[in-house]
Amino acid sequence: MSLPTLTLRGFVTVLMLVALALVPQLVELTGNAFLIDLATRCVILAIAAVSLNLILGYGRMISFGHAAYLGIGAYAVGIPVYYEIYNGYLHILVAMAVSAVFALATGLVCLRTRGVNFIMITMAFAQMVFFTFVSMEEYGGDDGLVIEVRSEFSRFINLEDATVLYYVCFASLLVVLYLVKRIVNSRFGMVIRGTRGNELRMQSLGFDTFRYKLICYVIAGTICGFAGALLGNFTNFISPEMMDWTRSGELIFMVVLGGAGSLFGPVLGVSVFLLLEEFLSGLWLYWQLVFGIFLILVVLFANGGIDSWLSGRSRRSHDS
Amino acid sequence: MDWTLLTVQFLNGLQLGILLFLLASGLTLIFGIMDVVNLAHGSLYMAGAFLCATFTQWFDSFFLGLLAALPAVAIIGLLVERIVIRRLYQRDHLDHVLATFGLILAFDALTQMIWGPDGQVIPLPAWLDGQVMLTADIVLPTYRLAIITTGLLVAVGLFVLVTQTRLGMRIRAGATNRTMISALGINIGMLFSIVFGIGAVLAGLAGMMIAPITEASIGMGNQIIIVAFVVIVIGGIGSIKGAFIAAILVGLIDTMGRSYLDALFKLFMSVQNAETSAPAISAMLIYILMAVILAVRPTGLFGPRGH
Repeated sequence: MSLPTLTLRGFVTVLMLVALALVPQLVELTGNAFLIDLATRCVILAIAAVSLNLILGYGRMISFGHAAYLGIGAYAVGIPVYYEIYNGYLHILVAMAVSAVFALATGLVCLRTRGVNFIMITMAFAQMVFFTFVSMEEYGGDDGLVIEVRSEFSRFINLEDATVLYYVCFASLLVVLYLVKRIVNSRFGMVIRGTRGNELRMQSLGFDTFRYKLICYVIAGTICGFAGALLGNFTNFISPEMMDWTRSGELIFMVVLGGAGSLFGPVLGVSVFLLLEEFLSGLWLYWQLVFGIFLILVVLFANGGIDSWLSGRSRRSHDS
Repeated sequence: MDWTLLTVQFLNGLQLGILLFLLASGLTLIFGIMDVVNLAHGSLYMAGAFLCATFTQWFDSFFLGLLAALPAVAIIGLLVERIVIRRLYQRDHLDHVLATFGLILAFDALTQMIWGPDGQVIPLPAWLDGQVMLTADIVLPTYRLAIITTGLLVAVGLFVLVTQTRLGMRIRAGATNRTMISALGINIGMLFSIVFGIGAVLAGLAGMMIAPITEASIGMGNQIIIVAFVVIVIGGIGSIKGAFIAAILVGLIDTMGRSYLDALFKLFMSVQNAETSAPAISAMLIYILMAVILAVRPTGLFGPRGH
């Protein structure tokens, strides 16, 4: 019974990955250069969504401030470039280190609370980062900062080439997916998934769940910081608007749309989200009205997102 | 020390605090009783401002415009509750934030469809537009005093409503144990609607009162709503008293921080360092306050104890 439905899910996953891998060839064939921009954005946001899914889907930590890490990562490219430091390894290192420290510091406070408090506090901390960058006039403040030169790695990896940048992002997505798969299936991941179901039970089994959740929270933040560094390179521009709390809301929606708590779901969610956004915004000036209503309908009627639809079962019905 | 500036900044802080209270009290009531996180509360704030702008134009009077806009916002709130929020009561918080986030997108787009992308200016009547001479030096804008007075009156009214009336008793009972009061024969669906309506009116009123100063603009609620969340987290979810104290505290700290932190920093660091770091730090102040309070009391100042 479960075999044929499983293959549909696997089939879509493979199809999606092959399609993503062939985007530059497709661009060459059709001559539509816009496609690669869309695909790059999709892949970068997919990394962010996969990292959010690690805490939201597997650990039920509903972080409403995940976009802050995108911003931190992007500024970790922008600010060194502003001082004419172009070393890409350094950029990535700074992006991930600062994200990790921020996640650790805020996680220590956020994870002491649960439920709604957790949602609102993660949101508030992200807003704090937002306003901090708004008030930094040196780095453009409200108007943002143009990144003149992309990160430099070596002679072979030249990010100024759109195809190279795309493949770097795509390879990163594959690595991150593999990493998250390993994490989720490890003993550590079992504990995290255990706390989603019943935290008290895990505690009485002797696990210090706070520590597990904190580490998970830091890993997710660090990965998203990395995605932010890619995003900064891609857009060549950063502004605080990138980490507005509505961006975090969009990230959550992408994860839920694709299927929270499934490995590949967020990638599907991001793709559908971006395609829909592209399609609707070209169609009607007030497309966000349709989009908002679509979001509400997804929440009300589509349990478990695209992933559960592909695998033919409702994920959340036995979850809560 | 410049006493005029200090008084004006103090009043500005108080005014921000009052607005935050109007938003936060509705949020905290809705959350306390229905266990629903309503991100779209800021949209009701925006709806209030825009409706008030239009009605003020129609009646050619700010006061009449305000009076007409209040029931209009209540109706919008009740419709939102009936159509969307009601279906969310049995769901978890993730569904709440997502669905109400969808509401925000829809509200922003709808407002832009009706009123266009530009802000709406609300002209003040002459009797509110003047200034009050407190002493020879200290001159205060009348309208700000009016906002503060109105807000305080509403706060007192709300306090009386919740602590002294039968409806308030039911609201408090509902916050404590939903199942029990519906078992006692109280129409809990009706109670929820009433509370949501009250919250909508309070948020709308806040939007109407600020619009003459800032003008009504698309997405105006999306920033202040986060600060309102900070307020209810600090005050403790479900507590009106906590929301009031935290709102005033946050309003004052935010306003005072922005105007006086650089002067404070200049006492112990170079002028240049003070001028670059003060704006960043003052933007972070209320969040630092929140973090400190949560580190000491995870449920906020007046939050529910025991878990």
